[in-house]
Amino acid sequence: MEEGELPWLLVNEIGGIRGILHSHVPFLKKHFHLITMKEFLENRKDIGKKVQAIYLWWHKPVINKELLQSLPNLKVIANSGVGMDHLDLKLVASFGVKMANAPRAVSSTTADTGMALLLASARRLVEVHNISVSPSVEKYCEADILGVKVTGATLGIIGMGSIGYKIALRAKAFEMNILYHNRTRRKVQEEQDVGATYCKKIDSLLQQADFVMLVVSLTPQTHKLIGKRELELMKPTATLINISRGAVVDQEALLVALQTGVIGAAALDVTSPEPLPRDHPLLKLKNVIITPHLGIKTNKATYMITEEAVENILAALNGLPLPSEVLPS
Amino acid sequence: MEGQELPYVLIDSIGERYGVYVDHLGFLKKRFHLITMKEYLENKTFLSKKIRAIYMWYHRPAINEELLQSLPNLKVVASSGVGIDHLDLKLISSYGVKVSNTPFAVSTDTADMGMALLLASARRLVEGHEMAVSPDTEYFPADWLGVEVSGATLGILGMGTIGYKVAERAKAFEMKILYHNRNQRKKEEESAVGAVYCKKIDDLLQQSDFVLLAVTLTPQTHKLIGKRELELMKPTATLINISRGLVVDQDALVEALQNKVIKAAALDVTYPEPLPRDHPLLKLKNVIITPHVGSATKKTRWVMMEEMAESIEAGLAGLPVPREVLP
Repeated sequence: MEEGELPWLLVNEIGGIRGILHSHVPFLKKHFHLITMKEFLENRKDIGKKVQAIYLWWHKPVINKELLQSLPNLKVIANSGVGMDHLDLKLVASFGVKMANAPRAVSSTTADTGMALLLASARRLVEVHNISVSPSVEKYCEADILGVKVTGATLGIIGMGSIGYKIALRAKAFEMNILYHNRTRRKVQEEQDVGATYCKKIDSLLQQADFVMLVVSLTPQTHKLIGKRELELMKPTATLINISRGAVVDQEALLVALQTGVIGAAALDVTSPEPLPRDHPLLKLKNVIITPHLGIKTNKATYMITEEAVENILAALNGLPLPSEVLPS
Repeated sequence: MEGQELPYVLIDSIGERYGVYVDHLGFLKKRFHLITMKEYLENKTFLSKKIRAIYMWYHRPAINEELLQSLPNLKVVASSGVGIDHLDLKLISSYGVKVSNTPFAVSTDTADMGMALLLASARRLVEGHEMAVSPDTEYFPADWLGVEVSGATLGILGMGTIGYKVAERAKAFEMKILYHNRNQRKKEEESAVGAVYCKKIDDLLQQSDFVLLAVTLTPQTHKLIGKRELELMKPTATLINISRGLVVDQDALVEALQNKVIKAAALDVTYPEPLPRDHPLLKLKNVIITPHVGSATKKTRWVMMEEMAESIEAGLAGLPVPREVLP
């Protein structure tokens, strides 16, 4: 590499359906020579040697053995967002490549998404908005569109990491009674600051919560964490909110539970797959809100994610500790 | 009147669109002899002298001079909710009739609704849901974004009970809070929510990412937000209304939204309610409208009903009326 040349950064695409946002490109170009997958595939041999970093945007490009083998000087892969379930961490590490995610940028925004879904579901916002804007006069009784009171209700948070904790902070302001279940218990002071009670057994949380919020990472242990058994433990008036990953829920079991009144409602920012097939029964249920993986989809958060990714990449290329390195467990 | 007879209370209807809830009947019938407007009109001569209270649910039955004149023994009007702009308090008082509302019962639900609308608008929740369930959707585009709530500036117009509860909630979202009110709140109250007083409404409008209306409707707040105020707002700002439709110059709002003078609006209240089906507000993608459901939860509506019953009973017994509204 010539003196003064910027390091080469591989991205999937710029713009388009899933590409790097145009508004982020000037910032990236300040630090890197950007190469798209299309450009790389046109000249694998020459470009492959130059690429030192990859910036994954919405899980693309797909990282497999073949790609890793064609990038002999790859040092680091930075992921947009916090979830790493789409990556084979051990495989990447075996090539001596470091990995980083962007936890700081996502936590507040994702917590906001969780609260937005909780409130929208409780107050039947989508349903009553549709009544308000319907081109025909809707005949309904006021008694039939009543929602559920959020203030003072019980929220059960499953997964009390950074995002889960920020949800607890928000829920506390709504005077909610907060229960949580986590791999490890939080410090007493942290629990007291949000008035959260630890439920060692998930069953205890499920039986008491009016709102169950899933904020776990997707791992082999959390795959189908919420299935038929867990749904049946929930109150028939309870709402399930998922802002983690679709695969954390047994989707077929959820469908049955919603159709048969085993639980009251669901609000899903994530599903398996995304989007769901257009004929999927979940799309038609009145008591279900589905959102298109809103998670971190704000101008500010997405920009912060790119900033965090660049920070990690530059640290790796300069042999410094990464601010948010992710190691294979 | 026989010793054991329950007091006659006039209501709009039972179980219909705006009627007394069927679930509430058991409680009410233990205390009152309920007379619907239909029954009253069919037997005015007998019933007009018997009716001693009116149970106003969703502002019905409407109270005018004619009705007041025909109910010589009317003592109390219990109105659901906190707003009393639909009542001519001076007129009612001139007939020696007391009025009560339910101000605190509605406060948390209404504050919750304000936050629900703010978040739904900012994050494009309704649009997003439509995309997620639309038969035409093939993928979710990566450049489809909303605006950040955490760390944004919220300007609250009207810092009464409801406005303050909105501030408490917004603080937890790390929002910067500005407020404008007839009177400045105590320092401790301001510090508790980190709210900064804006003596001039213009200052609040110019700095806010979200402007939330939580005022009472009075002659002073009628069309409080008009063309001038909308133009002072940021072009990236959202207007949220949980007060009364008439607090906003609705035509000016339509224009402002169509011309991108402001970014979006989320309205739980309009004028009238509901809007005519051909109204431009219904078609704007950047507008969320809900049918005045600020206090519409099962729990709260039950509490409101109980409070109204309590106010009526006290009024009829000649005792101080809880939650009395003076002219």
